[in-house]
Order: sequence, then C-alpha cells, then structure tokens
Amino acid sequence: MTVTRPPAGMLSVLDRPNSYIGKTVPRPNLDRLLQGRGQYVSDLELPRMAHVVFLRSPYAHAKIVAIDADVAKRMSGVISIVTGRELEAVITPWVGVLSHLKGLKSAPQHAIAVDRACWQGEAVAAIVATSRAAAEDAMEHISVDYEELEAVTDMRTALDPATHVIHPSLGDNLAFERTLNAGDVDHALLGSEVVEADFVFGRHTGVTLEPRAVVADWSAAEGRLTIYQGTQAPHMVQNIAALHLGLREAQVRVICKDVGGSFGIKVHIYADEMATYALSKLLRRPIKFVADRVESFNTDIHARDHRCRGRIGVRPDGTITAFEIDDLTGIGPYSMYPRTSAIEANQVVNLVGGPYLTPNYRARARVVFQNKNVMCQYRAVGHPIACSVTEGLVDLAAARIGMDPVEIRRRNLIADDAYPCASPSGMKFEQLSHHASLAKLLQMMDYDALRAEQAALRAKNVHRGIGIASFIEVTNPSAAFYGVGGAKISSQDGVAVRLDAQGSVICQTSITEQGQGSESLTAQIVGSVLGVSMDRVRVTLGDTDNTPYGGGTWASRGAGIGGEAALQAAKALRQNILDVAAAILQSTPAELDIVTNSIINAGDGAPRMELNELARIVYFRPDTLPPGIQPELMATRHFVPRQYPFAFTNGIQASWLEIDTDTGFVTLLKHWVVEDCGTIINPQLVDEQIRGGVVQGLGAALFEKCIYDERGQLTNANMADYLVPMSGEMPDIDIGHVVSPTRESELGAKGAGEAGTAGAAAAVANAVNDALRPFGTKITEIPLTPQVILTALGRI
Amino acid sequence: MKAVAFAYARATSVVNALELLAAHGDKAKVLSGGQSLMPAMNLRLLSPDILIDIGGLAELRGIAVRGDVLVVGALTRHVDLLGSPEIALHAPLLRDAVAHVAHPAIRNRGTIGGSLAHADPASELPACVLALDATIVVRGPAGERRIAATEFFKGIYETALSPDELLVAVEVPVAGQGTAFFFQEYARRHGDYAIVGLAACAVVAASSFSDLRLGFFAVGDRPVLAAAAGKLINASVTPALLAEATAALADELDPQEDQQATAAMRRHLAAALLRRCAAALLARPELEKGATR
Repeated sequence: MTVTRPPAGMLSVLDRPNSYIGKTVPRPNLDRLLQGRGQYVSDLELPRMAHVVFLRSPYAHAKIVAIDADVAKRMSGVISIVTGRELEAVITPWVGVLSHLKGLKSAPQHAIAVDRACWQGEAVAAIVATSRAAAEDAMEHISVDYEELEAVTDMRTALDPATHVIHPSLGDNLAFERTLNAGDVDHALLGSEVVEADFVFGRHTGVTLEPRAVVADWSAAEGRLTIYQGTQAPHMVQNIAALHLGLREAQVRVICKDVGGSFGIKVHIYADEMATYALSKLLRRPIKFVADRVESFNTDIHARDHRCRGRIGVRPDGTITAFEIDDLTGIGPYSMYPRTSAIEANQVVNLVGGPYLTPNYRARARVVFQNKNVMCQYRAVGHPIACSVTEGLVDLAAARIGMDPVEIRRRNLIADDAYPCASPSGMKFEQLSHHASLAKLLQMMDYDALRAEQAALRAKNVHRGIGIASFIEVTNPSAAFYGVGGAKISSQDGVAVRLDAQGSVICQTSITEQGQGSESLTAQIVGSVLGVSMDRVRVTLGDTDNTPYGGGTWASRGAGIGGEAALQAAKALRQNILDVAAAILQSTPAELDIVTNSIINAGDGAPRMELNELARIVYFRPDTLPPGIQPELMATRHFVPRQYPFAFTNGIQASWLEIDTDTGFVTLLKHWVVEDCGTIINPQLVDEQIRGGVVQGLGAALFEKCIYDERGQLTNANMADYLVPMSGEMPDIDIGHVVSPTRESELGAKGAGEAGTAGAAAAVANAVNDALRPFGTKITEIPLTPQVILTALGRI
Repeated sequence: MKAVAFAYARATSVVNALELLAAHGDKAKVLSGGQSLMPAMNLRLLSPDILIDIGGLAELRGIAVRGDVLVVGALTRHVDLLGSPEIALHAPLLRDAVAHVAHPAIRNRGTIGGSLAHADPASELPACVLALDATIVVRGPAGERRIAATEFFKGIYETALSPDELLVAVEVPVAGQGTAFFFQEYARRHGDYAIVGLAACAVVAASSFSDLRLGFFAVGDRPVLAAAAGKLINASVTPALLAEATAALADELDPQEDQQATAAMRRHLAAALLRRCAAALLARPELEKGATR
C-alpha cells in the first residue's frame, strides 16, 4: 500500500489535538476485568452442556491393545465414552508440515490416539459426563491394555541407526534439517582465535493462568458449530475446525472473549481441542474441555529444548570474523499443527549473529522426533536460543582476547546508519538502532560505576556479575511466516469502524486480546485519528461472525498490523464524516476537522457541529441532506506488510546479579532493557509487555524446566516442582526506548511483545559467567540452578 | 483435578472429633487448614471416605504461657505464629520459621497442628519442634498422650499419631537466659519447600555453646536432630572444630536425591548452614567461610 507522510514540521495523522498516541491511558477493559466481569471460557455454562475429560496415556510410547470402558459407561453422570477409532468417523487426522520448510515431515496425528500413544499425556479416550468430577470418577474405571514400546527420549541419540523409529513410514526420526552457509567461514576462522561452547537449554512451557479452555456447541438445526475458545487466532481455528470436520468455514463460528494468558501456547491447534469440537458434533450438544494443571503441563506445547554447539572467530582487535552453529532440538512425536514445530529451529538459524557485522555464518539445525510432549512456538520463538548462543559466544570471545564485553559489541554491532541492510541469513533490516540502544543502556545502568563496584566487592569475596545481550526481534510478520508455506493463517488484519447514531464509534478488529492491550491500542488509534474521545470508542474483537478476517495476535503483530488497519479505517471514516459535514455545513472537507467529538473549522478551530448532531441527521433526517449525498458512516480497511517479510526490531539488555559461591544461589539485583519498537502507542503497555517478557526470560534462565526421565515421563508436572518465576526473586527492571518507526506503515509501530523474553536469559547467563570469572568456570547451560553452579565451581 | 466424592463432618468438640475418628478410623482424614490435604485430594492422591473438619474447635486455638511452658493450640494458624507477642518473646524460632512457609494466602489457613501431623520432611515446623525440644500433645480414646518431638516423626508423612488420635497442642519450653535461635533455609524461590533448612536452638555462654540443638529438614525422610552438634557443645569453636563438626554432619545425614539437589549437594548445603549458624550464634563471621578455603 502507499504510505503518505506529512512533510517535516506538519502534523501527522497521529499528532492531533486530542491524540492518545504515545500516552499512557487506562485500558478500556480494566474496570471490567478488575470487577470480575471478564468473560472467560472456563466460566462459560450453556444449557445441556457436558464436560469432557481425557484418559491420557501413562506411557511415553505404547500400543493400545484394548480399551474396556463397560463399567465406566454405566456410571452415574456418564454420557458417552469415545475412543480414537470411534471419533475418526467425525474428524480427519492432520499432518503438521509447511511447504516452505523444505523437507519437513511428520506423521498423521489423530484427535484421540488410534492404536498407539506417542507421548505420556496423549489422549486415548474421551469421557463425556454431566460434570468434570463425574467424568474423572468414570475415568478411574476404564481399563486400557497397553503394550509398552521403546521410547525415544534423548534427542542426541534420536538419529542413531540403533534407535527405534517412532513413525516407521517416515523412515527415520529426523523431522527437519536446515543448513546455511554464508560468506566464507573456514577462511575467516583461519586467522582468528576460535572459541567454542555447547549451549544447553531446558525444555519449558508457558503456564498460562487460565488453562486451555474450549466449549464447542454443534447446532444440528443450523448445521453450525460455535466454538468458544481462549485462542490467539480465531480465524485459524475456524479454518482448521471446518477443514477436519468436513464443514464450510461459514458453518463454524469462533468466539474468543477474555483469555487468561497465552504466551504463544494458545496459537496452536491441540488434539484434545479438536476432539472436543468433534465430540460436540457427534453427541449433538455443547461440550466443555478445560485442561487442568497437570494436563496443561503434559499437553500445552513445550519449547526451547535445544542443544547448540557454537563457534565464534575473533581477531585480537575485537573484530568478530565468523559465527557457526550446530543446533539440535527434539520436538515430541508430531510436528504441531498448523504452524509446525520446525519454526523455532528455523528461527535460530535466521537469528544467530543477527546484530553483528560479520558476513561469515554457517549453520545447521536438526529437528528430531521424540516420545515426549509436543514442542512448538512459544513467546519469542527461537530468539532466546539465538540470543543466548550469539551473546554467550561474543562474551567468550571478549574474554579470550581480554576485551571488555561492551567494547567488543561497540566494534561489531551493525552501525545505525548502515540501513537498510541484510544479515548473512538473508534477514532484511529496515532500520535498527544497536549503537543508540547500547549508549542509552550504558547511561541508564552507569556501566563504569557498576564495574568499579564489582571490583571493590570482589576484593571482599562478594561475587557480582554484569551481563549484556544485544538482540533482534522478528515482529509484524508478513505472509512469509506461514502463508507462503500453505497454512491458512492470515497475515493481514482488518478493522471496521462505524459512527453510531449518537456520535460514538464502534470498532471491530480481527486482532485479539489476551491481556496485552489490543483493545486499548485500537481505541487509542481510532480515537486519535477520528478526533473522538476514547470513552466513545467501543472495540469488539474475537468473533469470526463479527470482525473482519485476520490473523489475530501472535508474533508481535497486533499493534503493527492491526493498529495500522485501525488507523487507515479511522482515516477513511473521518473523510466520510467530513464529506457529509461539508455538505451539511455548506463548506468543503478540507476546511473542516474533527476534534474531541465535534466538527470544527480547520482554520480557526471554531466549533461547527457536534458528531452527535451529524449522526442524527444522517440516520434520522437524511431527507434534509442535499441531493446526491449518500453518507457512509462505516469504513473498513485491511493491512499487511509487503515490503519487508518482518519488521525487525532491536534492543539490548543488561543483568546485574550476585552469586553466593558457597551455595550456588543467584540473586538478581537489577535488570535493564533498551528497546526500539518504533512508534509507541501506549508507553505503559509497552513497558509492561517488556517487563513481563523479561520475567519469562528470567524464568528460563534460573527456574523453568520440564524434567523428563529416561522413559519419557514428565516428572514435575505441577506448580510445586515446575518453578515459574515469582515476584520475590525478580529484580527491578528499568526500561528505556529508542524510536525508529517503520516506514512501511503510517503508524510506524513495530512489535514489542517478545523483546523482553528474547534477551533476558542471555544477559543473566553472561552475568553469571562474569561473576564467576575469577574461578575460571564457564557455564553455558540454563536454567542456572544452584546444582549447576556448585557443580561448575567444583564444590560438590 | 476433582476430588473423589467424600462425606464431611464438622466436629463440634474434641470429644466429638474423637468419636468420629473412632467410628471411621483410617478411612477418615482430619481437615485442619487444608493446605496440603485439599491439593492431595484434588490430585486424587488421597481419597478419604470422610473429612472431619476441626476448624470450629475453639478449644484447639490460641497461644498461652503456663509456667515455663508455651502451649500452642493445634489450630493456631501460621499467620498467628507470625504475629504473636508470646511467640516472639518465648519461641521466636517459630516466628522466624513461619516467615518461610509458603505465601501469605497459605499462612492464613495453614495450622501448626496440621503441619506437624502431616510430617512433610521438607517443611519447617517439624524441624523447629525438634530444635525446641517440644512435646506434642495428642488425645485419643484412652485419653491424652504426650510425645517428645524427637519421638514423633517416623518417616515421610508418618508420625507416632494413631488414626484414632488427634493432635491437640504443642508444648514448647520457654526460652531461658542465653538462649539463641537460628533459622535459615535454601529454597529456589521464596515460599518453596527448602532444598535444605536448619532450625537451631542454642544456649550461648561466654562465647561458646553450653547447648546446641540443630534441627535439619529436607535432608531425609524426617527432620533430623543432628548429633554433630555435640562436637560444638562446651568447646572452643575453632574453624578446625567446626570443620570436624560439618564432616560429622555429612556422615550422619543420609539425604535423598531429587530434582532440586543431589545428596552431595544437600550435604554441602547442610554444612554451609551449620557454619553460618555457628558464625551467627557466636557472632563470629569468620567462621562462616570454613577452615579449608
């Protein structure tokens, strides 16, 4: 699309007298949520609604020989017990591949396992009853005859010829492999110091406050399925449900009101959700599935289980000459549907070395199948891996040549005036600000003073460390992410705005709200561009019947894509309003403006007419309008980035922490982030997104890990043993900004949702190594538990 | 995560509670604060036929000083231990320990009797009552029994309590002249179960210990009153002696391995706690770093 920008010095469409852009205004949904009036699927009750509970495989890999549910079927409250074989008649299996991820393969996955369960937690039967408790009672009386099969659990041996092949039809356990060779790595490394390390990342998961929840309601009378679901992508759910139930999309409506947290966990299609849709169709009544906490740990996608060998070349003057990685990740028995489980490894390849100048980069990533829960995209997909490997290597290189970690970055980060440019992996950068961000970070943290404090404390046997991590972030994804690979996941979004009969505005958007402020940013943009106060803007989202078609909210796309659609729709409506106003007021649109709910003279600001009055005339006295005028007080616009596949953002983080070398415990003292997400619509929402993201990254750094035993049993599937980050351990997180708007949209906003998560663990790991430098240790494994640190120190 | 259906009875008196226990035996569970019991039931790890709710028994509530004994009713909630002036004066170890028990929402409901009867080897209060040389008072069909804390804990979730008995109070000797306390635990996050913890009670005179009771927790199947303490009593505590005591402690403990720590790490942390405890109680910071480093 064409973007119009005012010449310098003139007001843009956003800099208007009652603009809300760049202002911290309260979120419109705040009172509703705080007063307990949120509408979560977990709370939804419908007439004749039944509850489904899934009997899940206790084995990581087992043949299902027989299922005996005779006793259970006769129990009180039980409506039906359905096996995978029986459900097959209603819903077809799927294969999670995308054509642009060449060579990616996976096996057909069923809504409920047929013949064989491939991970501990895969559903093998559905128990539908009048209450969840009744269904759980019945579940205890189903006996399943399993024949345990060999489980593939260690990704390092998954490709060995001696290892059992999980899906014989695929030939081996390799789901996907990508290699990249840019520049001349071998030549570059010849004249360099080469530092190498193995980076190990724990498997973890999203742990949303509200678990996955769905109510599916098949109306045989209408031939229509209504799905109430806490999802990030309602139109994607509509498409997939229709496809596998043999319906047209028009026969499926997806409603998604409030969602208690997503973090990427709820952007996928889960087998148990598909089973719930199918059960509703089969049993012709509303069926509710709400995952309990144990099920959440066993079935919500996991992420980040990577082992990555990294190498870096560096010259004595600090020039980084090359990066090389060999990444291995295990994704469970199936590639997740429909986004696939190859994206994270693919992102790692795309992003390693991204902030730096060197053109020499070689990478291999392999994605293997295992008999563990499925892995897929979770907040900041691939970024924490890529950032930890890159920044860990940069720090190791600096230590090797005796250079300060800041100095090596200063010498190697891409210059702020070098854009547009591309990374060795082909990522196109429109405008980044690594050096401005670094300068701002150093000033915020008072780097030199901190180094002095560190040295002084070291003399007293107090071990503190400073860790720095630059990063780039993928936001505003175009069709390059999924669409080109054949997935029916929209990369465009739409917004419709209309003036009601009293001059208020109703706005429908295809982006969704999971707590990050989509509703607020949409209202802020529409209110600002139209000239209407925010209290008169009502935003509707999360309903495939009542919003334009669009992608939803994921990959930091809501503000940048949905926000631009809102801006363009509001601009169009504004023009339509001014056309009508000019006719009524015997003026011209150019001579008029809308400010704070009134038509005014653009020249002298004199009030001419309230919007309320204009709406009254248009809707109730159109007979008084001049002939030939047909007012259109509704406008719809869509937007998708076309010029750049992604709007890359950048930033830098720093961690300041202390290690008790006697006990291995790490105390986080302070964390800083400088981030560049382009135009900031609501500073508070952006800062809190970043803080929340940092906390998620700190969880990965110190706490979170799904611990499997060698038989593929998840051994810590509860909130006592799986440690999420909590406020008591979190440091203050200071946030600063550099603003480089994208010129691909008039709004100029890029995403901010994943920046915090991208670099937090890398900053902490670097700080831990910095603190322990006097001990000669090198730790490249997260989470950095006391056990890991004491072991590295040789204390145990 | 829905509990199996169960019957529920709210006891009207201790006598009534004992009658209900007598009638239902080990098919019953006593509901006190419910902070461990209810999650276990929701996970279907426990499915008692009947819950006997003692929450209404005012006679089990309260903290009182009787002579040189502090009597803490079984239903005294953690939050009450935190705020009680009697506890602060006579048994501040309990106050210090309770600050580490989970989070405010849990401390508002959890009770001392519930915690002791539950006997989780990683929880704080069982180790405290060992260190304090407390007596557990239980009542059963045959009347009252008084069990020394050292005799009360028998294993993971196992105590000397019979299914027909009710834990009614804890008696703690009032802290005397020169008594000092130490409480510390290592947990990954505030409020988590400790990887290793130490509740200690000492009598310090002339810069040495005339008594020292070390109650370690999360180091085995029950809280451990460490015999290694004996090495430090009535002795001049040098770094070398302390090293001898930590070595004896490591030999004495038989900690489990779990997701948080290996046995070796637990021994290492227990030794660190012992050094920190001695350094703090004797006000000699140099002891903390040990003799060997």
